[in-house]
Formats: sequence, C-alpha cells, structure tokens
Amino acid sequence: MTIFGGRVRLSALGLIAGALTLGAAAHAGAQDRDSVKIGYAVSKTGANAGGAAITTIPNYQLWLDDVKKNGGLELPDGSKLPVEVIEYDDRSSAEEVVRAVERLATQDEVDFILPPWGTGFNLAVAPLFDRYGYPQLAVSSVTDKAPEFVKRWKRSFWFLGGGADYTDALADVLKTEIEAGTINDKVAMVSVADGFGIDLVTAARESFADAGIEVVYDKTYPVGTTDYSPMINEASSSGADTFVAFSYPPDTFALTQQAQIADYNPKVLYLGVGTGFPVYGKNNGENAEGIMSLGGIDPNNEQNQVYRKRHEDLTGQGPDYWGSVITYASLQMLQEAIKRVGLDREGVAEELASGTFETVLGETKLEDNQLRKLWWVGQWQNGVFAGLAPADRPGASKPVLPRKPWQKQ
Amino acid sequence: MTLINVLIAGLVLGGTYALVAMGLTLQYGIARIMNLAYGETIIAAAFAAYLLQGALGVNPLLGMLLVLPGGFVFGYIVYGLMMRPLVARSQDRGNLEIDSILATFGLLFVIQGVMLVIFGSNYMSYSFLNVPVTILGANVAANRLLAFVLALTIGLTLYLLLTRTRWGTALRAVAVAPQNAPLVGIDVNRTARFAFALGGALAAAGGVVISMYQTFTATSGVVFTMKALIVVIMGGVGNLLGALSAGLILGLVETGVASYIDPGLTLAATYAIFLAILLWRPQGLFGGAGR
Repeated sequence: MTIFGGRVRLSALGLIAGALTLGAAAHAGAQDRDSVKIGYAVSKTGANAGGAAITTIPNYQLWLDDVKKNGGLELPDGSKLPVEVIEYDDRSSAEEVVRAVERLATQDEVDFILPPWGTGFNLAVAPLFDRYGYPQLAVSSVTDKAPEFVKRWKRSFWFLGGGADYTDALADVLKTEIEAGTINDKVAMVSVADGFGIDLVTAARESFADAGIEVVYDKTYPVGTTDYSPMINEASSSGADTFVAFSYPPDTFALTQQAQIADYNPKVLYLGVGTGFPVYGKNNGENAEGIMSLGGIDPNNEQNQVYRKRHEDLTGQGPDYWGSVITYASLQMLQEAIKRVGLDREGVAEELASGTFETVLGETKLEDNQLRKLWWVGQWQNGVFAGLAPADRPGASKPVLPRKPWQKQ
Repeated sequence: MTLINVLIAGLVLGGTYALVAMGLTLQYGIARIMNLAYGETIIAAAFAAYLLQGALGVNPLLGMLLVLPGGFVFGYIVYGLMMRPLVARSQDRGNLEIDSILATFGLLFVIQGVMLVIFGSNYMSYSFLNVPVTILGANVAANRLLAFVLALTIGLTLYLLLTRTRWGTALRAVAVAPQNAPLVGIDVNRTARFAFALGGALAAAGGVVISMYQTFTATSGVVFTMKALIVVIMGGVGNLLGALSAGLILGLVETGVASYIDPGLTLAATYAIFLAILLWRPQGLFGGAGR
C-alpha cells in the first residue's frame, strides 16, 4: 500500500509541476513577441473523440510539425517565429468547448484559435470567435446555413458545404443511373437521430422528391444502435435498388457487416461517416468496392498523394477521404495568409476571404467565405475512395454501378 | 420480417446484453461492489483482443484463453488494493455502496486514460467470424451467435455451480449475510475477492466477443456499464439467471419494436420496460428468490 500511495503522490507532484511550467511559459509569451501562440480546444475524450481523432487532431499535428520544420511561421518581413501551442480537451461537451475557447481568447491571449471538431461545436463557439475577433476556419461542419452564418459572423469560414449539396449530388448520380436503366427509382433510407443524420436526411427527402425518386422506406434510429438487422430486412423487402444510410462510423461499420450477414445486395449502397476512413477499406477489402458515401479524392492528384503519405508517416494512420485533406488545406491557407499580412487577425481574415492560395487541394479560393470546390459523392474504386460528383470537375471518376454482390469470405 | 426471424434476431442481440451483464451482477451481488469501471474492463479486453488479432494474428477465440485469466487477475488485484480497505472500514452495505461507487468512478478514468494514451481515441474495429449461420430460415452472424451461446453456457454453468456446490453455497452466503457468514467458517474476504475477480473474467469474455462485431473506442466503456446496469437491476441484483433472462428480454423487445413499430423507439422501449419492472417488481424479475 505504501508503494502505491507513494506513486500516486509522485505523479500528483508531477502534474502540479507540469501545470506550473505550462502557466509560466504562457505568461512569458504574453510579454514579448518571441513566438506565435496558437490554441485550440478539441474532443480528445468523450463521444466526439473518435471523429476528432481521425479528421482534426492528426492534421493539426501534421501542420504544426510542418511549421516547426520550416523554422516557424513566416511573417511578411521574412522573419520566422516559432509556434507555441495551447491545447485543451473539450471532453465532447459543448459547454466545455465554449469555456475553453473563451479561456484561449481572454486568459491565454493566443494569436489564433483553430476550430473544434463537429458542426454543433463550431456553431457553439462561432459567437465567441466573432466577439474576440478571431478568424474561424470551420472545417468539420456541414451546414446549409453557411451563407447566413457568413453574414452574421464575418470572420467565419465554412469548408465542408451543406447537407443539400451532398444529397442533391447523390440524387443526380442516382437519376443518371435510373435513366440509364441500371437501377429502379426506389430508395430505402435510414438515418441516425442526431445532428448529421437529421440534417442530411431532411435535405435528402427534398433532393429525392425533386429528382422524382421514390423513398419507399425512411426510418431513423437512436445513436448507439448496434443491431441493424430489422432495418436491413425491411429495406431488403421494400423492393428498392438503392440503400442510403446517413450514419455515424460505428453504425456504418455495423451496417456493412450486417448487410453481408443478411446477404443484402442493393445495387447502390451509400453509407455515412466512416465509409471514407482508411480502416474501412482495410477491413472490408474487396467488399468495400462500389460502396458510396460523402467526400472522395481525385486518385491522380499527386499533391494529395504526397500529403496522404506524409500524414501516415507522421501520425501512423492514413487520413480519411473526406474532411482530413480539407482540414490540412485550411491550415495551409492560414499559414500563407499570415505570411502575407502578418499576425493582424483582421487582416488575416480579409486575406482568407479574398486571396487565392496554393494548397494540397491545388489552387484554392473561397467564395463568400466558403469552400465550394468539394467532392460531394465518392465511391470505393480499386482500393481508393474516388470522387464522383460534381461529374464535370476535373479528376472526377465515373460511377461503377451496380456494385457487385458481397464476396463470401 | 417473419416472427421467427424477429425472435431469433432478438435472442441473439439479447445474448450480448446478458453476457455483458453477468459479470456485473456477480460483482455487485456477491462482492457488493458497484463497479462503475466495469465497462472499461470490457473495453480493455476488447483492445487486448484487437491487438492479439491485428498485431500477432491470434484468433480472438484463442486470445480469450489469455484475456480471460487476465480479467480475473485484474479483478483480483483491484479488489485487493482498492476495494478491500473500503470493505474493511464500511459499517453497512449502504456505506460500502457509496464508497465503491466513488472509488470505481475514479478507476474508470484511470483505465480510460491509460487506454487513451496507448491507443488514442480512434474507432477500433475488425471483423471476425462475420459469416452467416442459418437457423430456422433466419440468417444470424456467427460472432453474435457465439455471444449468445457463451452467455447461455456461462449463465447456466455458474447457476448450477452456485446452487449445487459447497463453494457456490459459500458465495451465496456471502451475498445474503456477509456479517454472519464467518460464523460458519466462510472467509468472507477471500470469497468476495474471488467473486469480484470472476466478474472481471466475465467482463473480459464479453469484451473479446463484442470486439468481433462492434466498433469501440477507448471512451465507449460507459455505454456498456449503463446497459449492464439496466440488465442487472431488471434481473435482480446478484442473480445470474435474472441477468440472463433480462438480457434476452431486452434483446427481444428491441428487435420487436424495431421490426414492427419503429427503429427510433428502441431506446424508449428499453427504458419503458425498465420502468415497468422497477414499478411492479422493485427487487427485479428474479430478485429475492433463488439466490
């Protein structure tokens, strides 16, 4: 018992010492300009941690590592300042993320704040970013209201489009296939009863109705559902050639497995978040081929390939095929904007809004504070999650439909 | 979906719930420790199976031979180091319950923190035995069927051991009257410690099986603790057959509601039954009898 107690006390001491050094370092930085302070609050624990750990945190690490290797952030006069990072865990709590961003702005007095993960969290902190004058590069947030938000919060930037963008594009892809006679005009649809699922399914109902596609099965399920066999069975007997699920990663993985068990082979299989994770392709191998989802990449874009390689080398995991590369590109834009106009937040925001940037996405320019050049629909093809829509965008792949039935393992 | 399909799918889903809950009912019912870190033990075992399968290529079923004793040893050590002092100083059951809730609440974050440091907060999943097995015309996944069979086997075996053997009688004596058990020569500390460790082993078994078909993260343990707690309370605290039947009932209800009414109402249905049982039988389905 004494040994145990001693260890506990030792580690407590270590913690306090660590906290003191952190505090001291933060204090020193505030007095003279020998570094640039960048802070962020992100979900390292709790329900959102899984999403943040794939799309947001590794890209922050990769970018901060780039800046470090570059010798710091370059300023307009060519000098470079090292970056000092302040990181908080918002524990997947909306109150906590608000508190942490407030602390970053008022107590830590950081120069720039990177956004948290998730649509809800970005909306929760948007008024704070606005009040304290920080540009907000909201990447991992899908919202149709971005055009309104841009008016309300002038320094907010939205990088991942809105629900209707994705569902309109999906409806387009389906309509083309229906007209070609590949599939019938019926869709079975399930969605998670939470932010992403609700937004997307609401948009999808309208998109499908506009395209003349009939939704024959449309159900929502609660977060944390593990057994999808009732829904798969109903969808299977509904006569629809297309199955769409606006699902979260655990649901996406479970739906994939359980559709194989039920030997359910819709001609179009479209699943939600998680389909674009590298682990999805790895776990499902051949069976992933033909499955569709949001996002995608141009498989022949070399810059993107280099980025994916560097991401894997540094963080030990591949980036996902949707938000990851966008997150990284948004940080490159921030870096470049600082290089052009310095640490003045107002100026950086203006530069982000009006400038043209060379990023890993190629030439990148925001329209009305939003990134609009995105892949709305993607499909697993030859082990890569390739972007299909917009079909007229250079680098777009052609849909391969109907997808092949499950291979027996 | 035909009635047979719904029944089979429901029983198989319920098997997972029962499997997860039986360890907790042992720990809570016999060792009298309300272990809030129970779900973290499950996740730790899931990670162990994931590692064995991914890095070393060990079949998770064989891995269980390693992970199960691991869960037992872990439970044994936790009881000896953390719970024993609480038991020694507690005046009555109520006291111990509050102390153990607080202590294991802390333990929850320690285990979770360690897993976050080692594995990060990413989604973990692999696929094992994801092959269909046809029973009476209904397709079920072999890995889920395994959970169901394991739950039945463990539940019935332990039930027989508890009711038919001298050792089981001692365990039940400690559960019912810990203050009187020493009078007949039972070492309460040792027995409770054993029951707690056994609960740890059962949690590990649940973790390994669940990792075969469910996506988990370092922080998803609390979901399992909650579900297990509902099943334990529904079945009657400390009652293995209670946990088994309550788990199966939950599975049947969820599948039935999802098939015949609406998948959106599964959670509501779970809590509705939970409430109904608490109102009519506050001691749980099997509570009070058959200990």
